[in-house]
Amino acid sequence: MKVGVVTFPGTLDDRDAARAVTHAGTTAISLWHNDADLKGVDAVILPGGFSYGDYLRCGAISRFAPVMEKIIDAANGGMPLLGICNGFQVLCEAHLLPGALTRNHELHFLCGDQKLEITNNQTAWTSSYSVGQEIVIPLKNGEGSFQCDDATLAALEGEGRIIARYVGENPNGSRNKIAGITNTRGNVVGLMPHPEHAIDTLTGPTADGLGFFTSVLKALVK
Amino acid sequence: MLDTVAIAQNNSDAAQPFAELGLKPDEYARIKEILGRRPTSSELAMYSVMWSEHCSYKSSKVHLKQFGDKAVKTDALLVGIGENAGVVDVGQGYAVTFKIESHNHPSFIEPYQGAATGVGGIVRDILTMGARPIAVMDPLRFGPADAADTRRVLPGIIAGVGGYGNCLGLPNIGGEVVFDETYIGNPLVNALCVGVMKHSDIKLAKAAGAGNLVVLYGAKTGGDGIGGVSVLASETFDSTGPAKRPAVQVGDPFVEKVLIECSLEIFAEDLVVGIQDLGGAGLSCATSELASGGSGGMKVELDRVPLRDATLSPEEILMSESQERMCAIVEPKHIERFLEICKKWDVTVTVIGEVTDGERLEITWHGDLIVDVPPRTVAHDGPVYNRPLAKPEYVDRVNAEQVIVPRPSTADEIKSTVLKLAATPNLADKSWVTSQYDRYVQGNTIQSQPDDSGMVRIDEKTHLGVAIATDANANWSYLNPYEGAKLALAEAARNIATAGAKPLAVTNCLNFGSPEDPGVMWQFAESVRGLADGCLEMGLPVTGGNVSFYNQTGAVAILPTPVIGVLGVIDDVRTRTPMSFDRAGLELYLLGETADDVAGSEWAYMHGQRGGCAPVADLQREMRLIELLVAGRTSQIFTAAHDLSQGGLSASLTEMVLRHNVGADITIANVEVALISESPGRVIVAIDPAKSEQLMALAKKQEIAIMKIGTTGGNNLVINGAIIPLNELRSAHTETFPKLFG
Repeated sequence: MKVGVVTFPGTLDDRDAARAVTHAGTTAISLWHNDADLKGVDAVILPGGFSYGDYLRCGAISRFAPVMEKIIDAANGGMPLLGICNGFQVLCEAHLLPGALTRNHELHFLCGDQKLEITNNQTAWTSSYSVGQEIVIPLKNGEGSFQCDDATLAALEGEGRIIARYVGENPNGSRNKIAGITNTRGNVVGLMPHPEHAIDTLTGPTADGLGFFTSVLKALVK
Repeated sequence: MLDTVAIAQNNSDAAQPFAELGLKPDEYARIKEILGRRPTSSELAMYSVMWSEHCSYKSSKVHLKQFGDKAVKTDALLVGIGENAGVVDVGQGYAVTFKIESHNHPSFIEPYQGAATGVGGIVRDILTMGARPIAVMDPLRFGPADAADTRRVLPGIIAGVGGYGNCLGLPNIGGEVVFDETYIGNPLVNALCVGVMKHSDIKLAKAAGAGNLVVLYGAKTGGDGIGGVSVLASETFDSTGPAKRPAVQVGDPFVEKVLIECSLEIFAEDLVVGIQDLGGAGLSCATSELASGGSGGMKVELDRVPLRDATLSPEEILMSESQERMCAIVEPKHIERFLEICKKWDVTVTVIGEVTDGERLEITWHGDLIVDVPPRTVAHDGPVYNRPLAKPEYVDRVNAEQVIVPRPSTADEIKSTVLKLAATPNLADKSWVTSQYDRYVQGNTIQSQPDDSGMVRIDEKTHLGVAIATDANANWSYLNPYEGAKLALAEAARNIATAGAKPLAVTNCLNFGSPEDPGVMWQFAESVRGLADGCLEMGLPVTGGNVSFYNQTGAVAILPTPVIGVLGVIDDVRTRTPMSFDRAGLELYLLGETADDVAGSEWAYMHGQRGGCAPVADLQREMRLIELLVAGRTSQIFTAAHDLSQGGLSASLTEMVLRHNVGADITIANVEVALISESPGRVIVAIDPAKSEQLMALAKKQEIAIMKIGTTGGNNLVINGAIIPLNELRSAHTETFPKLFG
């Protein structure tokens, strides 16, 4: 089993994501934004960072990278795809997920340990959790406020496509406290907080984030 | 009209605006003497920026020499003072480089960009040594927290530090936020970066080998930051206020992030002979320093420099401080691969010249020779001033003052003292600041604010790590700059040791007022003497540093603020001692002796008392305490250990109980002293009661005073029966910053 981790210029959490994949017992393969080649990976992670310096809009330029064409095709074919933070923004720009991530409502970059409630464990990336389970992983971004129109929100809620919500005070003004969503098929997940920074208690607040990476392993073995 | 060497030779006495460029008449005369003619306007630009206070250290050099004269004999120092940053051996084949620099004046004028480019500059210094930058820290100082100008500069500076550092993917692992009246109009923005490499990967600023190519890569050169060095950093602000905006550089962290990755790939393939970043003084600095580092000969075609603004003159190109640029010396056989890697990362790259076997730096502009100088005279042979110094009259006067502060003794007084100290801006919770910084990126952060030191893992397999702390106590330095520097050194070293890391090396950022004021010069000289003596006594090599003068508005200088950074090593980060306890039933001990040290304390400051005598540093005792802390970590005696510094016992207990929301019941004698005193050399440790004998034995062996002060548990901090509920304490501690800054 191989999980690709994409590096765009300005990507920051690529090594962290690769480490998390390795920790979960899978092999991480580095993918370069400019190569339209998935190197035979079984799943892909778009990690966090400031790809292309967040110029224009977060993720707006990355979604045109040569590697994204292949990723979009593969995701439409069912390949598990996880976008974390900037990766989530790229997925929205690429229309693999609905909505958009906008400036945090308090207008600051915010880094903290965030409590989440897992609300859907039927996706390729969340099956290791139970519904209602509360986890704590880092949240760090300037533009993490999830916004969409009322019809989309109703659809996300109605179809159970919200995979995690913020618990407690809404940290960034996201609609319905949405921290992460999935597509109708459940193979593409976008998540604003950072599970790759919570794979052990030595470097993270908890090891709660590891479940995202063990989930995809299970999904691939199935 | 273009001023060339040929023209300068013909009209050697033509008037030149040297004074406007910050050069004194005798300095200008010396340039003429060196060249045997008047300088061309381009040469004048180069000398003026390179001989500025900021670049040449002309006022501080004679004092900084002590770091060499009193150097510690050590094998740990792989690269010493003089290069972009010192390099320290931390074992297992790893070398670590770290350095602090100031970006004070630019941050006052343009808080966001000033702070952002401060981070960018220090990160490039670290990268230039061949290292991957792995963390940043930022000691910051501001005017009073409620002052209008603090509200103007603080949010921008914090956002700038975060905006740049976060975008580079560098965890911010600590720093300081301190408020004092003297920093109004002169905020201090000091930025520290640490990087790691293998011994064999160390790079130097050296242009050796005739025929090797001079390669400029990174951002294009623009009109920003022109004269930033000479005009901004080396002149006191006058009453006309901030009108110098165009001289502040504008940064683009995305370009720098790409430049870092591109450079590391180039280094990994060993494609450069020498390398220098472009920071203060831009190309003037990079070319003259690289050439000086080699045999001296270099030819540069300045018209090849890629420009953002095609109208820039050669003088402006030489002086521009546009960010995110590097200059490398590359052997011709490697140039193709070098260009390929730059192309992969979409980094602009241009061959602008070559190393020659001569001894002169020659720069041409469309074929005309505009610079022809011995590069050492630009880079290293600047003026050296032995400026007059005199002990200021205030020192004896304030030292003789009695410090009169309220002394808490009843339960109510104890409670209100603890709550006031917890809430005062200098000691209040800094999450409002640090939550704007990414501390998690790279996945190796073991400790960050509010821990005593920042700690990062550098090897995932062996668990080797480094810890860094920066400290300054300007109140003490004001009362006694010699002891103040030693005490700051001791505190930074102690902050490394509480986690169980072993202090290894020192860097510094010396922030002072005008060197033309003999009183300030005395403060500076005493601080350097104290730091050099302290480092020698503690066996810690000084790896480099930075001096920032002219931090004053009108006649008012800032408090002498030598910020000392100490780097430590820890063989296994998994065994570090945390700064607080997360369970009940532990015993709390106070290590070290408490005297009535209220002079220069936070409690005295809160009551308008600036006088008295600073404590005298006992570095032998500090070293024994460090031994104890490292040994206690190695044998896993401690559940937690936390330094006592500003705010004394009260502040340290507050931080410990709030960290994991576990209370403590404390009984102390002589509470009116013990609660507020800031005697140096003290640490609170928490241990499992079963380990008390081991702890006693360790304290006895190191001859460190030890006293049991209480136990952990409950929902209150109880001190001599005064009950302070944790939620009340937390509100006091955490509400200050959001209230002040939104």
